[in-house]
Amino acid sequence: MTDVIEKPQLADPRPTKGPGHLPGEKPFSGGRIIAFAILVVLAIGWLLPFAWAIATSLKTETDAASSSSWIPENGFTLGAYAQVLAEGNIPQWTINSFITSAIITFLTVATSALAAYALSRLSFAGRKFWYAAIVAAIIIPPQVLIIPLFYQALAFGLVDTFAGLILPQVVAPAMVFILAKFFDQVPIELEEAARVDGASRLRVFWSIVLPLSRPILAAVSIFVFIGAWNNFLWPFLVINNTELMTLPVGLQTVQSAFGVQYAQDMAAAMLAASPLIIVFLFFQRQIIKGISTTGLGGT
Amino acid sequence: MTTSTVSARAVPTAGPATRTDTSGPARRRRSTNLTAYAFMAPFLVFFLLFLIWPVIHGVYLSMTDQSLTGAGGNFIGLANYAEAFADPRMWSSILNTLWFTLLSTVPLVVVALGMALLVQMGLPAQWLWRLSFFAPFLLASTVMSLIWAWLFNPSLGLINSILGSVGIAPVAWLQDPNVSMIAIVIATVWWTVGFNFLLYLAALQNIPDQQYEAAALDGAGKWRQLFSITIPQLKQTTILILILQVLASLKVFDQIYQMLQQAITPSTRSAVIYIFETGFTGYRFGYSSAISYIFFALIIIVALVQMRVTSRKGK
Repeated sequence: MTDVIEKPQLADPRPTKGPGHLPGEKPFSGGRIIAFAILVVLAIGWLLPFAWAIATSLKTETDAASSSSWIPENGFTLGAYAQVLAEGNIPQWTINSFITSAIITFLTVATSALAAYALSRLSFAGRKFWYAAIVAAIIIPPQVLIIPLFYQALAFGLVDTFAGLILPQVVAPAMVFILAKFFDQVPIELEEAARVDGASRLRVFWSIVLPLSRPILAAVSIFVFIGAWNNFLWPFLVINNTELMTLPVGLQTVQSAFGVQYAQDMAAAMLAASPLIIVFLFFQRQIIKGISTTGLGGT
Repeated sequence: MTTSTVSARAVPTAGPATRTDTSGPARRRRSTNLTAYAFMAPFLVFFLLFLIWPVIHGVYLSMTDQSLTGAGGNFIGLANYAEAFADPRMWSSILNTLWFTLLSTVPLVVVALGMALLVQMGLPAQWLWRLSFFAPFLLASTVMSLIWAWLFNPSLGLINSILGSVGIAPVAWLQDPNVSMIAIVIATVWWTVGFNFLLYLAALQNIPDQQYEAAALDGAGKWRQLFSITIPQLKQTTILILILQVLASLKVFDQIYQMLQQAITPSTRSAVIYIFETGFTGYRFGYSSAISYIFFALIIIVALVQMRVTSRKGK
């Protein structure tokens, strides 16, 4: 649908601008200058904490602990980074975060997509019941389940294992709902044609539905991955072994271990923040699209 | 999305929907059921094992004196609930949570909307605005808390240094129980406003340009267009953002626990913090489960009230 409307606009170098870009408008009217000024102030406010953290991470501990000036007396140094990398487990935690988040994302998207396809396309006994149960379950906050989940992890021997870290994070009823809504909109004709040709349901799902759903699958994957990468409470409860910690959990221990080492704290924070920020710089458009489509419930 | 290309390609191949399976309706239904549950099974395993079972088991635990150490486990009926309802700490933790939700939701919606409207004007340096407002959302709570605990440092932090330069006396942001909730809210707005900003931006881009063109032809000015087209068109998005934001704010734990460390006071203890404290530092699994369910009931009530209010407004 939208393609038809958008195509004629491709000639316009900035096709998606709203009210500010009407024909005959002066490029820099008074209102736009004020708006620009507000944006600059907001952006400075939002970037300042990063700048301050980076500046601190490049100071010596003595400078960081003696004054809040931006320019340190003893000059900038990478010493805090070297210290953190030499003493801490940040590389190990980064690898742990990556492995567990990737597995969580894969399992969540795979199981959710299969279930969503059944709910959207197949009429079976109990379909309405499961659909309602899954939609209702969206409201259950994982935070209220920490006690029974931990009890369960103890009973299954999952405490201090990757399995214990990963498995409870795989359930995402909201993602099933979003994918089912998307599958509802995919025209059924292609599938029916393939069915007539004798293709099995799984074959139809794999070679017709999944390729058509690439944008929404990417969106959901990005959403789930960022959530898993940054999740704190459950990994914090279930992992005590320093070797198995994820970045957010490990960082919590760094802070107490280093005590009042401000430069090292900030160096560790910047190191932990960098993987996602770098990925974001490269895939800004896809990530923004992924977050907004999934956040808006797949629409 | 891609639906238009899909239907375009689908039209020529779409034949009459004949069924290949001719072996009787009963067997067909049975085989569809089997296929459907084969598709559902992987999800249902996780769903039942790690969501439904904990919900049910939690109800049972909440009626026992189970301890984290493994001791206890005797059925004690509703004693935990009776204790919780008489526990002033539980009530204050719930009030703190509601207070935090109110304090954080308003700026998180209003600031996000303002940012999105400004960015949507199409001013130069688009990527820079998106990057600045959204980047904090990519930080883990621990990273965000480290940065803000440092910014809020009473003697060396940037915030007091800036306030000092305009003659405001230093504030003990995270140490003074009267201001620490405000400090948490400020950090939270900085951290997560980018998410709501993106949702608003996506919604703004879905408003058809023709509406603005028609309004401009009718002589409606920029402000008029804002209030008679943009804001009404954003109503559904605002409702959605409000619901998501309230539910997210109610669950606050990470930034309070991390920024305040050992200094959590009665005025900053949120509901999830109290659940954590009773269960994992007080070892009282049974009692902690009971508080979890009281809190869960509160979340459901808030969600139902929101749905009532918004659906009435929708009419």
